[in-house]
Amino acid sequence: MKAAWDKVVDQMIEIKNLHVKVVGNKILKGLNLTIPSGEVHSIMGPNGSGKSTLAQVIAGNEAFEVTEGSIEYDGQDLLELDPAERAALGIFLAFQYPVEISGVSNMQFINAAYNSQRKYRGDEEADPIAFLKLVKEKCKLVKMNDKLLSRSVNEGFSGGEKKRHEIFQMAMLAPKLAMLDETDSGLDIDALRIVADGVNSMREDGRSFLVITHYQRLLDYIVPDVVHVLYDGRIVKSGGKELALQLEERGYAWVEQEASAIAN
Amino acid sequence: MTATTPSIEELANQQYKYGFVSDIEADSAPPGLSEDIVRFISKKKNEPKWLLDWRLKAYRHWLTMSEPDWQFAKYPPINYQDIIYYSAPKSTSDGPKSLDEVDPDLLETYKKLGIPLEEQKMLAGVAVDAVFDSVSVATTFKKKLADLGIVFGSFSDAVQSHPELIKQYLGSIVPYSDNYFATLNSAVFTDGSFVYIPKGVRCPMELSTYFRINAANTGQFERTLIIADEGSYVSYLEGCTAPMRDENQLHAAVVELVALKDARIKYSTIQNWYPGDENGKGGIYNFVTKRGKCADDNAHISWTQVETGSAITWKYPSCILQGDNSVGEFYSVALTNNYQKADTGTKMIHIGRNTKSTIISKGISAGHGQNAYRGLVRMLKGAENARNYTQCDSMLIGQDCGAHTFPYIDVKNPSATVEHEATTSKIAEDQLFYCKQRGINEEDAVSLIVNGFCKEVFKELPMEFAVEATKLLSISLEGSVG
Repeated sequence: MKAAWDKVVDQMIEIKNLHVKVVGNKILKGLNLTIPSGEVHSIMGPNGSGKSTLAQVIAGNEAFEVTEGSIEYDGQDLLELDPAERAALGIFLAFQYPVEISGVSNMQFINAAYNSQRKYRGDEEADPIAFLKLVKEKCKLVKMNDKLLSRSVNEGFSGGEKKRHEIFQMAMLAPKLAMLDETDSGLDIDALRIVADGVNSMREDGRSFLVITHYQRLLDYIVPDVVHVLYDGRIVKSGGKELALQLEERGYAWVEQEASAIAN
Repeated sequence: MTATTPSIEELANQQYKYGFVSDIEADSAPPGLSEDIVRFISKKKNEPKWLLDWRLKAYRHWLTMSEPDWQFAKYPPINYQDIIYYSAPKSTSDGPKSLDEVDPDLLETYKKLGIPLEEQKMLAGVAVDAVFDSVSVATTFKKKLADLGIVFGSFSDAVQSHPELIKQYLGSIVPYSDNYFATLNSAVFTDGSFVYIPKGVRCPMELSTYFRINAANTGQFERTLIIADEGSYVSYLEGCTAPMRDENQLHAAVVELVALKDARIKYSTIQNWYPGDENGKGGIYNFVTKRGKCADDNAHISWTQVETGSAITWKYPSCILQGDNSVGEFYSVALTNNYQKADTGTKMIHIGRNTKSTIISKGISAGHGQNAYRGLVRMLKGAENARNYTQCDSMLIGQDCGAHTFPYIDVKNPSATVEHEATTSKIAEDQLFYCKQRGINEEDAVSLIVNGFCKEVFKELPMEFAVEATKLLSISLEGSVG
C-alpha cells in the first residue's frame, strides 16, 4: 500500500472541521479531509452519511449552508468563491443526477462552459476549429456518439448516456479536482469500464479525484490511493484500496461500532 | 458563499441601453385630436379626398366607441388630447434623394442603435425603409426591387404612386371600425410601410423596417400594408428600439397582410421599446392590431414575434384562413421583466377547407412581470378537415411574476381537429447550479436556459434576426435573478 499521507506533496484541497446544514438538518459534523495533488481518493459510506453533500459543498451549491470550518483549495479560501468561479479554477463535479436543459444542445452547452472558464482565466475564446477537434477527440475517449452533441442537454438520455456525458464534460474541461458522485450507479459493466477508462486516462500529476461510490466494484477499475469512510457527517476511517474490499465483505456496521467506540 | 453574486438591485439599476433622445427639429401639430387635426395630417400628406374621407369616417366612428378594458394588463387612463398626432423631421420636407441629404444627427442616432443603415445592411442584403418618427427618410435598394416590380417604401409615397392598390386594400383586413385603437389609427395614422410583390415574384432579400419613436409626446400611429400577389413570396422584418423618457407613450399601429393564391408572407418582429424603469415608471403602451388574410387557396402567412419591450404589450397577430389549404402560423416569445405586462396571442380563423394553423407561444415572466397568452382558434362551418396545433409554454423566473393563459376554442365543423398543449415551468435552481458548476455565470446561465426555452420560435426567425433576438433576450433578462 502506498501511504499517501507520508509523502511530502502539495495539497489540492484541505477541508477542516466542516459543518454543513441543509434545510435545518446537520449533515456534515466536523469533517476533515485532505487530498494531495495527483491522488485519487474514494469516499464510501452508508446512505445519508453526507457523501453527496460533501461534493455539493465543494462545488458551491448554495442550498447547503456551511456553519463552521474551512475549505482551502489550491491555496485559496474556497468558501469565498461562487460556483462558476470554483469551476473556472478547476473544480468539476460529475453529477449523480445530471440535469436536463431543454432547447440547449450539448454542443452549445460545452462551448459556453469551456469559453466561460477561459474568459474567467483571462484567455481568449477558443478557436472554433480547434474546439471542434477537441470535442471529437473527447467524444472518442468516452465512446460517446457525437450525434448526442446536437441533442438537448441530458434530455431523453439513458442513465448510461447521462453519466458518459458527464465524463465527456470532465474530459473537455480538464479540471484539477474532479469529483464523481456515484457515477457508477445505474451503469452496466461495459459502461462502467468506459467511464473508468476515461477517468484513468486523465490521471496525472496536478490532477486529483474524489470518487464517491457505494460499491467497491468501481474501485476495481479506478484504483484509489486512499479510501475514506464517511459516517454520520465525519470521516471515521481512512486506508488503502483494501479498505474498500473489507467494506464490501463486512458492510459498514463494524466501522460504525469502531467509530462510536472512539467517540465515546 | 454568496458574497460575489451581484444583487438584483445592482443589476436592475443598469440603464436601458438604447435610451437617448436625438435633437432634430420637428414640424409638429399642436397636441390634441379633432377633425381639424385629421385634416391637417391628410393635408400634410397631400392625400386624395377619398383617403381624407376614410380618415374622417374613422374619426367620427372612434368618437362613438369606448376604450376596451377586458385585457389582463390594466393601465391608467390615456388623455387623447395630450398627444401630438403629427411630427416630422424638418429636413425631409423636400424629401432626401440620397443618404447625403439625410440629417447627420439622424444617421448618428441609427449608428448609436447599431442599425447600420448604409454599407453593412447592403452587404447583408437587406433593404431598409427607415421610419424615423412619422416620415420615411431613407429608402435603399429601391431600384433593385423596382426592377422586379416590387414596391417597397413608405405608406405616404405609396398613396401618391399606387393609389389604386391602397384604395383596394386599405382597411380590407382591419376595417376602420375594427377596434378602438385600430379606429384611432385609421383616423390619424401618419406613415408606415407599403409592400407589393407582383405575381410569381420571390422577393430576393429580407425587407426590413426599423421603427423608432422619437420626438417627445408623439404617439405613433403606423400603418403597414403588405400585399403578396399570386405565387409570390416575401419575408418582412420589423425591429424597434426607442429612446428613454418618463411619460408613457401610446403606440397604436395597424398592420394588414394580404396573401393571394399560392402566395407566402413571413412577417417577423423584434419589439424592444422602452419598457419603463425598474419601478414600472414610464415605458411604451404598445396596442397593436396585426392581421393577415390568406385570401385565396394555398396561401401562407407566418407571424414570428419577439416581444421584450414596452410597459404594456397588447397584440394578437392573427390569420384569416379563407382560401382552401391555406396555412397560418404564429410563433411568439414574450418576455416581461420588472413591471412589464404583456397580453398577447393570436386568432386563427379557419374558413376554407383543409386549412392549417400552428401556434407556438413562449411566455417568460421575471421580476414583477405579468404575461398572458390569449388565443382564439375558430373553425367555421366550411372548414372541412381544418387542423390547429397550439402549444403554449410559460416560464417563471422568481417569486413575484405571473403567467396566465386564456385559450378560446370555437369549432363549428365536426371534421376539424384542434390540439392544445400548455406547460408552466420555473427556472429550476438545479438547472442554474448545473450551469454554474460548469463555469457559466448566473446571468449567462439564465440567458442560456431561457434561449433554450425559446428555441422553437427563434428557429423561425431569419438568421441575423435570431442572433439579435438572442442578445436582446439576455439584455432584457439582466437583473432578473438575484
